Amino acid sequence: MKKLASILTATLALGISTTATAGTLEDVKKRGTLSCGVSTGLAGFSQKDEKGQWSGMDVDVCRAVAAAVLGDASKVSYKPLTAKERFTALQSGEVDVLSRNTTWTHTRDTSLGLNFAGVNYYDGQGFMVSKKIGVKSALELNGAAVCIQAGTTTELNLADYFRANDMEYTAVTFDTSDQTRAGFESGRCDVLTSDQSQLYAIRIGLKNPSDAVVLPEVISKEPLGPVVRQGDDAWFNIVKWSLAALIEAEYLGVTSANAEQMAKSGSPEQQRLLGTTGDSGEKMGLSKDWAKNIVMQVGNYGEIFERNVGMSSPLQIARGLNAQWNKGGILYSNPIR
Amino acid sequence: MSAVKRPEGSKSAPAFYNNPNVRAVFYQLLLVATLGYLVFLIIANTLANMEARGIKTGFDFLTTTAGFDILMSLIPYDATDTYLRTFFVGLLNTILVSAVGIVLATMVGFIMGVAHFSKNWLVTRLAVAYVETFRNIPLLLQIFFWYFAVLAALPSARNSMSLGEAVFLNVRGLYLPAPVEEAGATVFYIAVAVAIAAIIWLHRYAKKRQDDEGVQLPVWRLSLGILIALPALASVIGGAPFSFEYPELRGFNFRGGITVIPELMALALALTVYTGAFIAEAVRAGIQAVPHGQTEAARSIGLKESKIMKLIIVPQAMRVIVPLLNSEYQSLVKNSTLATAIGYPDLFTVFVGTSLNQTGQAIEIVFMTLAVYFAVNMTISLCMNLFNRRVSLVERK
Ligand SMILES: N[C@@H](CCC(=O)N[C@@H](CS)C(=O)NCC(=O)O)C(=O)O
Repeated sequence: MKKLASILTATLALGISTTATAGTLEDVKKRGTLSCGVSTGLAGFSQKDEKGQWSGMDVDVCRAVAAAVLGDASKVSYKPLTAKERFTALQSGEVDVLSRNTTWTHTRDTSLGLNFAGVNYYDGQGFMVSKKIGVKSALELNGAAVCIQAGTTTELNLADYFRANDMEYTAVTFDTSDQTRAGFESGRCDVLTSDQSQLYAIRIGLKNPSDAVVLPEVISKEPLGPVVRQGDDAWFNIVKWSLAALIEAEYLGVTSANAEQMAKSGSPEQQRLLGTTGDSGEKMGLSKDWAKNIVMQVGNYGEIFERNVGMSSPLQIARGLNAQWNKGGILYSNPIR
Repeated sequence: MSAVKRPEGSKSAPAFYNNPNVRAVFYQLLLVATLGYLVFLIIANTLANMEARGIKTGFDFLTTTAGFDILMSLIPYDATDTYLRTFFVGLLNTILVSAVGIVLATMVGFIMGVAHFSKNWLVTRLAVAYVETFRNIPLLLQIFFWYFAVLAALPSARNSMSLGEAVFLNVRGLYLPAPVEEAGATVFYIAVAVAIAAIIWLHRYAKKRQDDEGVQLPVWRLSLGILIALPALASVIGGAPFSFEYPELRGFNFRGGITVIPELMALALALTVYTGAFIAEAVRAGIQAVPHGQTEAARSIGLKESKIMKLIIVPQAMRVIVPLLNSEYQSLVKNSTLATAIGYPDLFTVFVGTSLNQTGQAIEIVFMTLAVYFAVNMTISLCMNLFNRRVSLVERK
């Protein structure tokens, strides 16, 4: 009932507040912090450590936006949201940005009053099974019980995949990834399915990670990215270009370590990105050095990837699709000029 | 609203707008109209806002394909069905767990409430301990306890506990044999119907005999006899009414038979134990409200102790208990929405959870769901009020 009440208030808030959509930039500046919706805890993407510090790929997008808008990447207040809560929280204005492994789909983009500001991780849905059951391929899963999280694209893809392959299954649905993991560990289900990156994240949270294997099949496309409310184009631009700046910085070879120097003596493109020349910041109502703040305080996309999910992190995910377009991946930032 | 002074000595009736009744009705109407207009404004404003923000509205989504599967359904359902059907799947699951919870909690509550007055020290202590423990632990915690601590600790499907290779219990649930109708089923159903009719008649007849002649018939024993004998006879004449389909382990899971999912067990258990504690308190309060003189009077006319409880105390206690039960039942229905914490697919989990999230139509879905809980609780309230009228004191005229 508590949840119903909170959804209801959020819904009513939608009705009563008039045009609170425009002016997010002013609101954030006035408030002095960015309110950012993240997951309730997912290693590598958004997780909180013992000291209450958030980190992860999705968290770094929040930090980048805060660095661009407020000049300080630490001025973020994080709102942990389950898959089911996330869109209502954004629509009702509880968060300014939603950066929580959210798949960009047609329905979400066109009917929820939201806009996707880009993709910060190209993912796809996979399956994780316990080693004990000796399954090597998802096609051997006929009759299995599958743990999933409610309100996700995962639920839909799963139904499609089993139907397309003429297989039966039982869907066991949970609210948070912790509960989903607990269900898998207790043996309530044979299989856990989610975006593949999240499977690795959930796997390292298991009591015995080596007991579980991730199957090779990838059954869907899951472009994950930050989301904002529709109707505030200025804010949409800021989030879109903050993400772009992360990717562009890596492409141009600008890192947190060399940004200061590049700003003085880099190539024309580097200097334009870092605000030494041009007026990219002013055009968005931001300071001249917005992108420099991002790179100096958060790092470029490659640094973020390595730190959170890459080979130097516990997740050890390869760049794959998430490499720059000229390095075999599909990351491609539009030119900042 | 100053009272209008009538001129001294005037005999004529006051103008109709000065009539207090007319005024009262007028103000009521004004209030209703204002409220109605406010509601209309809110709805119109909401729709306009949502339109402006590009959020889809309307009920068209109900006829589109849902595309997700649901763990348990009392009606046929698969991912190609519509969102409207997910609504009914959830609704039926809510009704199921609420009904099971209400019946079991009432039983537990009455037993524990009466146990409070037992002469046996241990029984009394147990009843008190039960109430104090389960009434004071948050329900959500109890649900988690049953689900994640008790039921999740059961063995895996392959190592199931079993009862005669027919009933199996494991971490995926309780598997029971399912009855399949055979040739004798029709005769069997008829026999059951006849038995029930006979029992109803027997009760009327026994009451009449008692009223007229003061003779007491062993009604309960006779009823039980009829209920067993008639269908048994039918099975002998018509052949076996049912055969059983036994659950068996095939591939990953048991298939066939009836499955009681652990989510349902955990939720029903938690609701029963929690609400049972409140009902026990209501029963205790009800019994204590009956003056002790009643017991003494009953004893003095020579009634047996067991009859005193049944014939004298409980009927009078019901006057206090029933209104309390009403609100406990309503809380139980509302509390069943905690299902979402363990993924039992009730209306809240399926419709406000998944369907809302997949369509994004929060307002429509939340209001449909509110309307349902409102309607269910109004129905409970109505039934309990009717029941209350029956048990309440009938004054002699
Ligand atoms: N990308 C998918 C799925 C996202 C999702 O919610 N995945 C789960 C993995 S089990 C998760 O991140 N849970 C974390 C949480 O609930 O906070 C979507 O957008 O629908």
